[in-house]
Amino acid sequence: MIEATDGRLAPVPGIAIRRAEFSGWGRYPRHQSGLVTLTAPADLTRWISGQTGVIARGNGRAYGDAAVGEKVTLSTRSLNRICAFDRQSGRITVEAGLLLSELMSVVVPLGFFPPVVPGTKFVTIGGMIAADVHGKNHHRDGGFGDHVEGLTLALPNGDVLSCARDENPELLDATIGGMGLTGTILNATFVLKPIETGFLRQTTIVAPDLAAAIAALSRTGDTTYTVAWIDCLARGASLGRSLIFAAEHAGRADLAASGSAGDAFPPPRPGRISVPVDLPGWTLNRLSVSAFNEAYFRLGAAKAGTPRLVEWNPYFFPLDGVGGWNRIYGRRGFLQYQCVIPTAQAQAVLSEILERVSRHGSASFLAVLKQLRAGRGLLSFPMEGLTLTLDLPMSAGVFMLLDALDTLVVASGGRLYLAKDARQSRSTFEAGYPNLPRMRDLRRATGAGGRVSSYQSARLGIQ
Amino acid sequence: MQPAHKTLLLAGGTSDIGRETALCYARAGWRVLLAARDVGEARRNADDIAARTGTQVSVHRLDVLETDQLQAFLDALPTLPDTVVCVIGELGDQTLAQRDFSHATRVLRTNFEGPSLLLSLLAERFLARGSGTIVGVSSVAGLRGRASNYVYGAAKAGFTAFLSGLRNRLAPEAIHVLTVNPGFVRTRMTAGMKLPPILTAEPSEVGGAIFAAAEKAKKDVIYVRKIWWLIMQVIRSIPERVFKRLKL
Ligand SMILES: Cc1cc2nc3c(=O)[nH]c(=O)nc-3n(C[C@H](O)[C@H](O)[C@H](O)COP(=O)(O)OP(=O)(O)OC[C@H]3O[C@@H](n4cnc5c(N)ncnc54)[C@H](O)[C@@H]3O)c2cc1C
Ligand SMILES: NC(=O)c1ccc[n+]([C@@H]2O[C@H](COP(=O)([O-])OP(=O)(O)OC[C@H]3O[C@@H](n4cnc5c(N)ncnc54)[C@H](OP(=O)(O)O)[C@@H]3O)[C@@H](O)[C@H]2O)c1
Repeated sequence: MIEATDGRLAPVPGIAIRRAEFSGWGRYPRHQSGLVTLTAPADLTRWISGQTGVIARGNGRAYGDAAVGEKVTLSTRSLNRICAFDRQSGRITVEAGLLLSELMSVVVPLGFFPPVVPGTKFVTIGGMIAADVHGKNHHRDGGFGDHVEGLTLALPNGDVLSCARDENPELLDATIGGMGLTGTILNATFVLKPIETGFLRQTTIVAPDLAAAIAALSRTGDTTYTVAWIDCLARGASLGRSLIFAAEHAGRADLAASGSAGDAFPPPRPGRISVPVDLPGWTLNRLSVSAFNEAYFRLGAAKAGTPRLVEWNPYFFPLDGVGGWNRIYGRRGFLQYQCVIPTAQAQAVLSEILERVSRHGSASFLAVLKQLRAGRGLLSFPMEGLTLTLDLPMSAGVFMLLDALDTLVVASGGRLYLAKDARQSRSTFEAGYPNLPRMRDLRRATGAGGRVSSYQSARLGIQ
Repeated sequence: MQPAHKTLLLAGGTSDIGRETALCYARAGWRVLLAARDVGEARRNADDIAARTGTQVSVHRLDVLETDQLQAFLDALPTLPDTVVCVIGELGDQTLAQRDFSHATRVLRTNFEGPSLLLSLLAERFLARGSGTIVGVSSVAGLRGRASNYVYGAAKAGFTAFLSGLRNRLAPEAIHVLTVNPGFVRTRMTAGMKLPPILTAEPSEVGGAIFAAAEKAKKDVIYVRKIWWLIMQVIRSIPERVFKRLKL
């Protein structure tokens, strides 16, 4: 089964290396790498020592080049076992390749919910830790990494280390948000929170402009989940026009009050629509997106005011209903731009960013605004401030536009999210991540430097 | 029907098909005994099944090639299972098997001798008790020998014949025997092979089909994806003088 088609790869009996083309969810950039699929944690420890240019890959939902190894990409998807689950306390230990969707299908019907979820459930637990993902509750509950009690990490020499608050804590904090650069996470332990139903009680607030949106996010700061969807094609006085969705887990009483006699935990409906082929790049022009945003805004605004019950799946994962939606941007792919701006400068800088995107005419399907607090890991993205997320199709001038936006972000003391990044410069990265020297020291000390590397880490000079 | 008190013995507890089959039984409330030669790997699956379903799962060491240990293995089980599913098998390497007798012997023994002897010992115990269900995972490769895998195919053919004879013998005793021909399945056995998607089942599909066929419909022989039945009808009807010139 040894199929080393590249002389630089060291073959090991029983482990097949196949060359393949990889990209992230944005389908840009694309790189060649060797694929190794781990079937058991023992495979890794047997194989890894002596390898260089290796990075772990979860479900490939990072947008850029973070999960593509310079030489070898290690698929963790077969490490998908639940190791232990205490149905009293909600404490659970899972292997790193388990999909969040699979975890939720097991625990939600039993009355438990993950402490933090990102905007798609098709991510692995390892990917959630490595990116220290934030949800709509970051302002209250922190990132997923804040909830990790402990994890097991395979170092590049094959050693396996336990990391917890009282055991290798520096390595734990470097691994949370560390984008795979400390080694491969094998499993992790965290505590699920109890829920009474699979519904959320959602209130929609209409904000006519950016200032109102930011004020509404701060006003709903006591609510567990808040997020603003910005119509980023609105201009002038309406710039930053938004819908704010604030929500709490609904209790049994809410469900009873709604007159629903149904199941407290309805099974998630499978996605009905999917995008089977690449659509031509022009599908998303300014007109079509503008029409979409208009419809979305009116629909949401019509429901504003009174709270209503929404199932967890459409509330947290509205895009998961459309399989392969990244293909609507065509084969050229697209970029997602996500920055965080410290609170004090947020309104001024974000309106400048929205202004420029709008002027550029780059159609953006998604423009999401969330409130963040400081993150836990050395390279965690979150900091006290507001984070804006935009999707941008490939077009002439989009890279120049984003370079200009980077300058604004850096000047404000903000940063870009590595899980979304496919193009930022070293200087933008270094300015945004002041703990980088500590990460480099730690990588030198554990032997990860030069051996554990992705195209992203090489591009950004993380050594 | 009190499924909560029933026990499954899954022989081949590290296999992907075995894991999904055991999960199906556990979800229905069955207690699971996982038997495997690699106890550590089987424990990984046992913990997973227990965590997902809240059912009791234990691990038991079994190397089906150690045929003189099979009685002792069964004696040591905490209980005589209601159903046994044997997924043990090894695809092997056809070209190696052509020149290396020890490899050919192992493929023959792992797919035919070991599973057959294990199941026949269980059949005796089921007979003594008066109940039981026996499931053997064989292969469409056993339905006609092909140049690319005839050592494996011959062993599976033997196993299929063994199961059909056992079924014939036990039918009057109300002991049910099911033969499973999975077709292509996406598992580590087929990792890296290019398989046509419509002919390739997921391990969970095989698990679900086994549970339904063994415990509900009481079928005798199943093909997981129905299209395989048709394909095999066609393949078996080709005259040998034509078949011998085909590259399949
Ligand atoms: C539609 C959509 C919505 C999203 N919404 C959000 C959101 O709301 N909030 C948010 O924070 N993020 C969000 N993301 C980003 C996503 O959560 C992260 O990129 C996450 O890391 C993806 O997980 P994955 O399993 O696909 O990892 P991959 O994309 O495969 O890998 C991501 C990084 O994790 C590392 N990694 C993966 N597994 C391991 C492991 N076992 N050990 C060590 N390192 C590992 C990789 O090396 C890589 O650096 C969204 C993405 C999409 C596509
Ligand atoms: N995948 C397919 O496309 C396909 C198609 C048709 C039929 N099948 C059959 O389906 C069954 C399961 O296969 P799979 O795809 O799930 O592959 P697999 O994971 O390789 O399963 C084979 C199992 O047999 C076990 N085994 C091998 N020799 C053994 C021995 N001497 N003692 C005890 N256990 C032994 C293996 O244990 P170890 O982990 O210790 O090796 C493993 O659990 C096999 O019988 C196979 O022939 C598979």
